[in-house]
Amino acid sequence: MQSSKPILSVQNLRRDFKMGDEIVHALRGVSFDIYPGEFVTIMGTSGSGKSTMLNILGCMDRPTSGHYILDGQHTETLKRDALARIRNQKLGFVFQSYNLLSRTTAIENVELPLLYNSKISAEERHHRAIEALKMVGLESRMNHLPNQLSGGQQQRVAIARALVNDPVIILADEATGNLDTRTSYEIMMIFQELHSQGKTIAFVTHEPDIATFSGRTITLRDGLLKKDVINENVQNAKVAFEMLPPPETFEED
Amino acid sequence: MNPFTLAKIALRALLRNRMRTFLSVLGIVIGVAAVITMVAMGEGSKKSIKEQMTAMGTNAIIIQLNQSRRGGVQTESTELLEEEDVIAIRENATYINGVSPMVTVGGQAIVGNNNSPTTLSGVSADYLKIRNYEIQDGVMFDDEADRMAKVCVIGQTVVKNLFPDADPIGKTIRYKSIPLKVIGTLKAKGSGDFGQDQDDVIFTPYQTVMRRFSATTNIRQIYANSIGEGYAAKATEEIMGILKERRNWTKPTDPFRVFTQEEMIQMVTSTSDMLSLVLTAIAGISLFVGGIGIMNIMYVSVTERTKEIGLRMAIGARGRDILLQFLFESVIISLLGGAIGIALGIAASETVKIAMNWPMSVSVTSVIVSFGVCFATGVFFGWYPARKASRLDPIEALRFE
Repeated sequence: MQSSKPILSVQNLRRDFKMGDEIVHALRGVSFDIYPGEFVTIMGTSGSGKSTMLNILGCMDRPTSGHYILDGQHTETLKRDALARIRNQKLGFVFQSYNLLSRTTAIENVELPLLYNSKISAEERHHRAIEALKMVGLESRMNHLPNQLSGGQQQRVAIARALVNDPVIILADEATGNLDTRTSYEIMMIFQELHSQGKTIAFVTHEPDIATFSGRTITLRDGLLKKDVINENVQNAKVAFEMLPPPETFEED
Repeated sequence: MNPFTLAKIALRALLRNRMRTFLSVLGIVIGVAAVITMVAMGEGSKKSIKEQMTAMGTNAIIIQLNQSRRGGVQTESTELLEEEDVIAIRENATYINGVSPMVTVGGQAIVGNNNSPTTLSGVSADYLKIRNYEIQDGVMFDDEADRMAKVCVIGQTVVKNLFPDADPIGKTIRYKSIPLKVIGTLKAKGSGDFGQDQDDVIFTPYQTVMRRFSATTNIRQIYANSIGEGYAAKATEEIMGILKERRNWTKPTDPFRVFTQEEMIQMVTSTSDMLSLVLTAIAGISLFVGGIGIMNIMYVSVTERTKEIGLRMAIGARGRDILLQFLFESVIISLLGGAIGIALGIAASETVKIAMNWPMSVSVTSVIVSFGVCFATGVFFGWYPARKASRLDPIEALRFE
């Protein structure tokens, strides 16, 4: 795995916030690399700095000091617009609360990132959105509105949206946090499927059982890297899903 | 993002809040409709005054007695106009091609059971030319041959009043029990928009009025006609010179007051310009208020959609993309309001024109300017909310509930 160049590299990353007179050190010097094709979970309790880490990895925030190299490019000194471009072309986000635009069809939601890329024609946009929806198994629902979809389906639309720009890495922020166990496992099945197709995934969660579906777990604590372990025994989400007791009543969000 | 996509996104957002969009559009509609109607009113009155004054004779010069007010009592100067002044002007002035005194008597003309409450105007033959009247039937009286003659020329309103079914030529009318023979009728000139009927006239030789009706040698007004456009000032100067010479006038002030048609048009139009300006300003204020309405609703909209803005930024929208998205919304509101407002304003102007018979004139300029102002309103009032949106921090915005 270490033979190729890292797709993402953080080096001695620090992030301080000013809260009144006090300076809060959210990250106190964290370093790690993520290589192409890895499925990494970033774990930590609240206050561990994992959200701050994700914001920086997502190019929505800049470190106070240290380096963050994404796909060979230093991002620490980039301006707002340049960061927006990186988010648009190199990153895919999946959020806890899906963040789909309401009263906007599934396919239009998926097309959205491509709208902000002027190089992509309307035709290609549509084509790529359909492809992305196929990958999450929702091509039959592409003209549904978010409120006509279940929570799991909405999250799958959000995953399709994260895939549509063919990002170098998919960043998921508690992507199963709003879902019941069954649906969570379904979502993890999709992530594992994407991983098997060679996608690089960083998955932030605080649920240990979710971490067992990934190949590597980075644990943060008090702004420091506490553990970075390779998962020898990766669980198969499909198997885990099938072992769950069958639902008596279907839970809806 | 191309403008078409931006417009689509903006339209969708506006349709999502139909009532709110409708109300903000309404604010602009009212403003623009008011501007269009008010300008149409101002322009219409100006145009009709101009037309009316042109109909009175474009090159007319009117010499009047100098009137002054002292202690609230209107007094007249002792300097009076006489027939000799008219003759002197006619013989000596080179910048005029017609001159006529104007002496009037009030009363009514009677023929049998019919009567017409028309002022009797004593003029000379040149008066027709000065005031753009034309003979329809018969002839105009001659200054020499018909001096003091009991003849008259009547306008169409008088014809209608006195001779509803008969040919008036050769008939006699009685005015203050003096019989006047009708020798000619005037072509209809139509009524002025401000009431006075230009066909409600009876012309008779001025000596007839002076000797037979009012027994005076004084003339209140002299009308003259300059030889063409642009000669009014020269003609005025010349006339005043002749009048002063006859009186050996040495005082610095002029003995009479002279109005030229040009001056009068200017005077009246500058008054109505003022009126237009005031009306337009009032209408403009309502457009401004409409703009504030847009600004308010855009602020609400930005706050409401903070999360959407955060999401758009997270997936790659730049500040500029967000700014344009919201600017498009406000500009669409204002342009939509503008378009409806213009249509409504034109409709209102036409309605007023037909229903109340007011002179209204919708100017193309006001339509174009209104539309331009609407666009500017949309950009101006949409700018700050849109900029606020574009400067949001994506992390904060995503966290917004």
